[in-house]
Amino acid sequence: MVKDPVCGMKVKSPSKYSAEAKGAKYDFCSEKCKNNFLSNPNKYIKPINSSEATYSINSKGIEKLDIPIIGIHCSSCIPTIESEIKKLPGIIFVKVNIATEKARIEFNRKKVTAESIIKAIKKAGYKTGQSDLSLGIVGMYCASCVTKIENELKNLPGVLSAGVDLAAEKAFIKYLPSLVNIKEIKNTIEKLGYKTIEPAGTEKLSSKKTLSEREKIEKEPVDENQLAREKEYKTLIRKFVFAAVLGVPFLIISYPDSLGLPEAFRQGAPTLRYLWIAMSILSLPIMFWSGSQFYTGAWAAFKNRSANMHTLISTGISAAWIYSATATFFPEIFPKAELANQFFDAIAIIVALVVLGMALEIRAKGKSSEAMKKLMGLQAKTARVIRNGQESDIPIEEVVLDDIILVRPGEKIPVDGVITEGSSLIDEAMITGEAIPVEKLKNDEVIGATINKTGSFKFKATKVGKDTALSQIIGMVEQAQSSKAPIQKIVDRVAGYFVPAVIIIAILSFVVWYDFGPQPNLIYALIVFVTVLIIACPCALGIATPVSLMVGVGKGAENGILIRNGNAMETAQKLNTVVLDKTGTITEGKPLLTNIITTKDFSEDEVLSLSAGVEKASEHPLGEAIIKGAADRSLTLYEPKEFNAIPGQGVEAVVGEKKILLGNIKLMKNHSVETGDLEEKSKKLADDGKTPMFIAIDGKAAGIVAVADVVKPDSKAAIAKLKKMGLEVVMITGDNKRTAKAIARQVNIDRVFAEVLPPEKAFNVQKMQNEGKIVAMVGDGLNDAPALAQADIGFAIGAGTDVAIEASDITLIKGNLKSVPLAIELSRATMKNIRQNLFGAFFYNGLGIPVAAGLLYPFFGILLSPIIAGAAMAFSSVTVVSNANRLRRFKPKLD
Amino acid sequence: MSADQIIVTLLGIALSFLAGWYFWFSERKAVKIKTTDSGGQEAFIKVKGGYSPNLLVFEAGKPIKLTFYREETASCSEKVIFSDFNKKATLTPFKNVTVELNIDKPGEYNFQCEMGMLRGKLIVE
Repeated sequence: MVKDPVCGMKVKSPSKYSAEAKGAKYDFCSEKCKNNFLSNPNKYIKPINSSEATYSINSKGIEKLDIPIIGIHCSSCIPTIESEIKKLPGIIFVKVNIATEKARIEFNRKKVTAESIIKAIKKAGYKTGQSDLSLGIVGMYCASCVTKIENELKNLPGVLSAGVDLAAEKAFIKYLPSLVNIKEIKNTIEKLGYKTIEPAGTEKLSSKKTLSEREKIEKEPVDENQLAREKEYKTLIRKFVFAAVLGVPFLIISYPDSLGLPEAFRQGAPTLRYLWIAMSILSLPIMFWSGSQFYTGAWAAFKNRSANMHTLISTGISAAWIYSATATFFPEIFPKAELANQFFDAIAIIVALVVLGMALEIRAKGKSSEAMKKLMGLQAKTARVIRNGQESDIPIEEVVLDDIILVRPGEKIPVDGVITEGSSLIDEAMITGEAIPVEKLKNDEVIGATINKTGSFKFKATKVGKDTALSQIIGMVEQAQSSKAPIQKIVDRVAGYFVPAVIIIAILSFVVWYDFGPQPNLIYALIVFVTVLIIACPCALGIATPVSLMVGVGKGAENGILIRNGNAMETAQKLNTVVLDKTGTITEGKPLLTNIITTKDFSEDEVLSLSAGVEKASEHPLGEAIIKGAADRSLTLYEPKEFNAIPGQGVEAVVGEKKILLGNIKLMKNHSVETGDLEEKSKKLADDGKTPMFIAIDGKAAGIVAVADVVKPDSKAAIAKLKKMGLEVVMITGDNKRTAKAIARQVNIDRVFAEVLPPEKAFNVQKMQNEGKIVAMVGDGLNDAPALAQADIGFAIGAGTDVAIEASDITLIKGNLKSVPLAIELSRATMKNIRQNLFGAFFYNGLGIPVAAGLLYPFFGILLSPIIAGAAMAFSSVTVVSNANRLRRFKPKLD
Repeated sequence: MSADQIIVTLLGIALSFLAGWYFWFSERKAVKIKTTDSGGQEAFIKVKGGYSPNLLVFEAGKPIKLTFYREETASCSEKVIFSDFNKKATLTPFKNVTVELNIDKPGEYNFQCEMGMLRGKLIVE
């Protein structure tokens, strides 16, 4: 059996339909596929590509899998991956080939799945070319369809796992994109007689729609939840209008004396009785339509033996209605005429206000999650991929690893990758929060969803699908938003008791007013009962923490600060010590040319170009810094001849007919070069943490070139800011004391731990914690992982596209140290906001309920009307959400 | 104190006790979820003003699949949050939304809506 290259079906070879192209024979399932193939063979013939995965199964159930692995740079990586895979059961053979960047694995598919192998590779710290796909399926009616589709998909080469959810009508597929594409997967499902729907988010396109309509749909994925929210908002507004339109006349009729209405509306008049009857009937649709959610919500909760806001409101308005209706229809049962009063106005107005409050809350909450929506909207929809020399626009879901993608000025970069050709300025503000566009050259990393400003370039996709920085950011933000801040625990404890407690308070207040209150006692008791029920607002309490956390986490993401969870958010504000790793955190992490000192016979350019010429032959990282320094001055470099490295001293070579010596003082002395005052100058450079190198030209001392790992431009300001915020700043490094001190001096750090080996960094962090400090550690996520994990808050800095760094509590996408004070400020602002909300909610309920119960009445004669209580309740939770939304305007304070 | 006052007082106190007992101390009905043939535990939860059932009992160590069906558009129930697992799901009205969990440690795990008005509990034994 062979595969039809067009539709992917398995066909017998030789088949009835076959064709030859590029020296190979291909078999097809039908005439149609054959013709399609012949019209454009290049489209269907897969080039023999080293990054391609292959996959085969033999009769014994032994599976062979060739899987591309990304990021193998050295042969030392190989044992790590191999040993991680070998730990799995059922592995027969494993070999990682560094040249092809592939792992060949033979395994027993009964004992281990391809998926767990990929997990093992990931565990070793490497990525494979795996993609996730969720596909809607129409036409499944039974559980047997599920197994059928799953089995068929699993048999498809390149599909690692397939799960079909009958209820959701969806298939979730993990696959190797280099081996199988979405089209083949869809074909497989459709061949079984089911229809597939485009991956989530986009609506199914009907052919009847015009082109422009179709384009619109493609551009704006339909969010069903958003639609539901809109619908709910509109319904609530209609409910509000209905209740309010009836409520206002109710209100007027209820206060005949104070509004000076004619005699006919006064208490006891026959006209009024008819009005009351009308009101009692009209209140019913207000209660059961405008306020229907109170009753359904209350009943659902009641069945589950719990109570919530709906319980309170429905009980309150029901009690008011029963009393008022009794007064309307059976006034004679009341012992006194004045007791036969009605509260229909209160019912209508309370329902109107609470419903309005709910509607406003939907709007306000929509704003709270804006940051998230913005993130989701960033994703590009298509990518212009060059495959087999042909450009084509394909949906972003089909971009696979190692695809070469062309990006033109003004376009969005579709996925993460590395530039292979060209250069450009790229606006990364949406991901990193950095306002100034960044210049990117060949071999630089580009991040998906950022915008290419000026030049065209090609790049190689290194992360696609769920692995892109944007997808990871969205995932992290979502997770953080659904986590709980520890402060929420108090609220949770209170919330469990709150509503039933309010009900009990309301009942007891009724009793107290009935027994000891002024006349008419029944009316007062009822008013107090209803007011207590209505004013209590469990929602404000419940929403206080999560909504601020949501806005705060979203705000962080906008600025390139990813906060892992509520715990990290809460701890970050308590920090009092920040430990900074030196290399790569405070400094650039790579050496740069810093000084050129010359003796009087030579010019700076001459010294530099000759030194750089020598270094062209060496592979030393310091040499690269010198070459880059020369390139920055656009100097011409000559090829070195007779290059010779002298261990522990330096190098010698002939450059442009001149004999050059480049190295330390020992090298000069051994060649009897007179260095004069250069030695003194070199010591000074060394004291500044730089590495000086002497250069001698034709046996004569010519000067010194110095290279150093320089401090990042913003480090000093960021450290000053941290200090100003009251934090102790400490530097930790594996580097020698002299260099460490020199850097510390430059950035004004007083406490330095030098010559600390990476594993000891965590120990040093712990030592500071034992001093009673709450410590943040800032470092890269790789070498500093143990220290980041040990610290109360671990900041992983400069993550770039590698955002999901496990060891860190807060990931900073930008390499800039300024994000650290910004993150701490954001945490402080968020927690302050949460405290305000909690204080507001507790204070409101703590004050509102006793006042509603009439606690102030004996002293000041103050008693709340149920209508005021309704207004207060309706707006208390809107106030909480609005207060949280103030965080959206959070801006770092200028220094 | 007149007779009606005594009646109201006694009735009020009785009602308070009843409310306290019903909402806090009465035994809730827990639904025990059986393990399916494939070893998973699947439960269906209707969402309308609350979660029903809202107290589910599972066995530890076996995958749990909760399918939510939201029978309303009231915005309260739009999100369901499992904060012990940092998991959140948006419940599209009148659609099945599945949340998958793997809980190895026995204990009680709450889930709730965004505001904490609607609450449910998973008991893992």
